[in-house]
This record gives sequence, C-alpha cells and structure tokens, in this order.
Amino acid sequence: MIDQFGVATAALLVCMAMTLIRSIAGPTVFDRILAVNSFGTKTVLLIAVYGFLSGRPDFLDLALVYALMNFIGTIAVMKFTRFGDLAGMEEDEEEIL
Amino acid sequence: MGLFDRPDQPWRAPRGESAVCGVALFVVLMAVWLLNSGHYTTLMVGFGVASSLFVVFLSWRMGIVDREGLPVRLLPRAVLYAPWLFKEIFKANVDVARRILTLYEPNISPRLFDTGVTQKSDLGRVIYANSITLTPGTVSIGVRGSYIMVHAIAEEVADDLQEGKMDRRVTWLEGAGS
Amino acid sequence: MSAALVAEVLGWAFLMAGSVFLLIGGLGLIRLPDFYTRIHAAGITDTMGAWLVLIGLMFSAGWTLISVKLLMLLFFLAVTSPLASHALAKAAFLRGLEPMLGRGLEIEGDDD
Repeated sequence: MIDQFGVATAALLVCMAMTLIRSIAGPTVFDRILAVNSFGTKTVLLIAVYGFLSGRPDFLDLALVYALMNFIGTIAVMKFTRFGDLAGMEEDEEEIL
Repeated sequence: MGLFDRPDQPWRAPRGESAVCGVALFVVLMAVWLLNSGHYTTLMVGFGVASSLFVVFLSWRMGIVDREGLPVRLLPRAVLYAPWLFKEIFKANVDVARRILTLYEPNISPRLFDTGVTQKSDLGRVIYANSITLTPGTVSIGVRGSYIMVHAIAEEVADDLQEGKMDRRVTWLEGAGS
Repeated sequence: MSAALVAEVLGWAFLMAGSVFLLIGGLGLIRLPDFYTRIHAAGITDTMGAWLVLIGLMFSAGWTLISVKLLMLLFFLAVTSPLASHALAKAAFLRGLEPMLGRGLEIEGDDD
C-alpha cells in the first residue's frame, strides 16, 4: 500500500524533473542557477521525506547540512558571476545600493 | 597581530553590549547543539561547549557580536509579526498559483517599481526587504536610500504592496529595538 | 477519533497540500516567460511547498527530537531562501538582464 510519504516522494521527483528541464533549457545563466537552487531545496525535502518513507528519520541531519550547503553554494556562484572573484568586493556596489 | 588583539573595526559594538550579546550567542549555539545531538554524555556535551566557545570567539574577533547580529529584543514583537506574515504568504501563494495555472497563458503583468521604506535602522530595512522577497509575487532587487526596488508579478500585487501594510508592521516591529 | 488518527489525517492533508504547491511551483518554473517571473514560481516551492511538507512530516513524527529538527530545517529554509532569491535577482539586474514588463509582455527599457 502506498502511504503519504510515497505520494509526496513521487510529487517531489516529478517536480525535480521539471526543474531539471528548466536548468537545461534556461536561456540565461541566471535561469540555470535559479533552477539549481530550487533543485537543491527539493533535494532537502526529498532527503527528509525519504527518511520517513524508509522508517529512518536520522536522515534529517543530512537534510539540515544539505540546506546550509545549498545556500552557501548559491551565494558563492552568485558572487562569482557578479564579481568574477570569490575573495574581494568590487566597486559596482555604488550603482544600486 | 596577535591572536587575541582585536583588529581596528569601526563598526564594533561597545564592550558591555558585546559581552551580553556574546553570552546570548553562546546560549543559542549550545541550544542548537543539544537539540541536534541527542547524545547527552559528558564527552559529547563537552565537545559542544568547546565548539560553541570557539564560534563565539571567532565572531567576537570578526567584530560581529552586537545588537544587530542577535536582535533578542525584537523577539516579543516578532512572535506577533510571524503569524501575520505567514497569513500574507499563504494568501500570496494561492494568488500566484492561480496566476500560473491560468489556461492558455499565465495571467501576469510584471512591474518594476520603487517603494518607500519608513524603517530607520538597517536591520528594519533588511527585515522588510526579506519579508517582501519571502512573499511570492514580489522580489526585492536592491535598496537605495529610503527606497527598495521591487519586481512584482502583477499590477494588483504591486498596488497591494504599495499600500504599505507590511511596511507599517515592520516599522512597528523595529520600534521595540530603539 | 483518537489523537493518533487525527495526527495521521493531518499529516496526509499537509503532505498532499505541500505536494500540490510543489508541483505548481515546478510548472511555473517551466511555464513563466522570463527570469524575474520565474523567481516567483521558485518562491512558491521554497515557501508554501517546503513548509507544508515539513509540517506534514512533523505530524507524523509527533513530540520528539525529530520534530525539533524539522522545525529547525523549516527555519533555515525560511531564512536562506529569500536571501538566495534576492542575491540572484540583484546579480541578474546588475548584469543588465532586462525584465519583461506590462500585460503584453513586450520588453521595455530601450527608450532611455
């Protein structure tokens, strides 16, 4: 019998497939990063739900760590596309800030 | 520069405030450790104390242990603000979902506009900009002076934001800190 | 109606509602026409989709340390997702990516 976690896992997998389509098709690099970030959020949820599906909720620790890594990874890629450098801050802060 | 010399950082908080906030930071970190660990042996709790102290030391050396980094005083009003924000986020979610699901083509009319902010502190503006971004349908793109540049998915959403209900709530929330 | 049954039903309801929001967000990510509007679709999965799924899991876990971890996960997602969206939107805007504006979705911005 399919329980609620099975249904949620299926929905998550379908949703991740859609996100992958956008990350492959995305016309600009920002579309792709947005898709990958969204994919990461869904991965976190998938780990959490799969923990319950297999009856081992210890997987939640991995989900927590993955949530933090996903955020830091997105910020790092963003910083790299914006400044071309991970270490320093460049001058274009003044234009909009 | 020695390990315990503090670098010259003009944004650093006064010593008394920094001490109180350091203790508060340690308590928060320790709570996170205890809730996540689940093993309450002496060795594990000892590791927790050691790493929490290390993180507090690093934060202190970076000069970010201050009122802004750990806004404890906003907590009572934040408890009242959060349910209202959840309600707004839920309404916005349903609205954007209906716009996406419209037949033939999505029912959207994107707009880019500046909206005024009435918060005085940086922290208040950050809370307001994050609330805007957290609500689907509006994304804050940048802050310049007392304006936030916002991208909205539809005209109605933009008009709703410019009425300033959320702005007034965040200003009230910020009022607890001054 | 025992408490366990109520928790089970609520867990089902929240997980299903969360799945629906996740699917709508994924659909929006494909269907919407330009980058800035797609951020809003990603916002749906990041807020309501993720939160409802996590709350549904909390009902299944009951009053244990697992629920606390789920709550912490919810808090992390709520704090980090707007920051990531904002960083993306700002980087795209500073790079000069023009948003589509208005009802007919024509590209504005060439007039200045």
